Amino acid sequence: MSTLKPPLGPRDHLRGELSRPIHLVEFGDFECPLCGQAQIVVQALARALGDQLCFGFRNFPVVGAHPNAQIAAEAAEAAGDQGKYWEMHDLLFDDQHALEVPHLGRYAEQLGLDMHRFVADLQAHRFLEKIRGDLHSGAISGVVGTPTFFINGIRHEGPFDFDSLLAAMTLAARFPRAG
Amino acid sequence: MLQPGARAPEFALKTTPDQTLAPVDFRGKPVVLAFYQADWSPVCTEQMAVYSLIIDELRAHGAQLLGIACDGAWCHLAFARHYELSFPRLSDFEPKGGVSRRYGCYDAAEGMSGRALFVVDCDGQIAWSYLSPTGINPGADGILAALDGLGKLSSRPRPQEGDRP
Repeated sequence: MSTLKPPLGPRDHLRGELSRPIHLVEFGDFECPLCGQAQIVVQALARALGDQLCFGFRNFPVVGAHPNAQIAAEAAEAAGDQGKYWEMHDLLFDDQHALEVPHLGRYAEQLGLDMHRFVADLQAHRFLEKIRGDLHSGAISGVVGTPTFFINGIRHEGPFDFDSLLAAMTLAARFPRAG
Repeated sequence: MLQPGARAPEFALKTTPDQTLAPVDFRGKPVVLAFYQADWSPVCTEQMAVYSLIIDELRAHGAQLLGIACDGAWCHLAFARHYELSFPRLSDFEPKGGVSRRYGCYDAAEGMSGRALFVVDCDGQIAWSYLSPTGINPGADGILAALDGLGKLSSRPRPQEGDRP
């Protein structure tokens, strides 16, 4: 059984508090089409589960197949450093086909980020280490490609459509969290 | 399937149409053998792509990863080029599945290798093995945990001849 290492914690980007009973963690890549589909499913699950769900996202950029995945992840982290992680996360998934540097700059402007700081962070690859940390977490947790989901710390096997994930989460909520 | 403690059988297989590789070429390093069903099949492709992406995690343990499947060397070459795989693939092609059979992970009904993983220690002994169900990508967590375990073992004093077990 593959388990999430390290467990979801305050260093993660979270939608919802850690005290909520259901933890859903996605390892994803902003340029991955399946993650784009999963984003819609996750949003629907968040609406359905309300304050039961704490959702966390870790980066797993598949750099060979997706040339812009890493810089897009860096852009999301840079926005996060300015308090706009989820806003950028959603914009990137909404327009997965436009993830080159000029597009990223446009999204940052749209969110009203400090552009000087945003550009400097991207040029210095300031958040690359954090992304590598996510990749390491994915490797030791048994990520099998993108997206890979963990429900209450245990790798979700099987499809990631709304019903499958909801059923798995409903079941998981009956047991103590593994991590 | 061969279990921890067994000696890893020696073999040499083609990695390209004109080169062969053998685990003994890497003696002194841990070797990870990843048997898989077939080039291009969806689960195998994802599994190999993930290993390729996280190859530095294996290198950090000093380990060498070798993928093994029954496809011919030309097929392996095209597969690896297409997905830019960062580790060698060995061709268990002639006699078909010969090495997979010796490791006890040949799926005769399908005519393909099973999805088996082996971590072979620096001395050529199997330290960990795992057979994943056909449709399930096992990821790399088991491999990395086994390699972690090797590090801990090798830092202990080796038993000397004459020591009580």
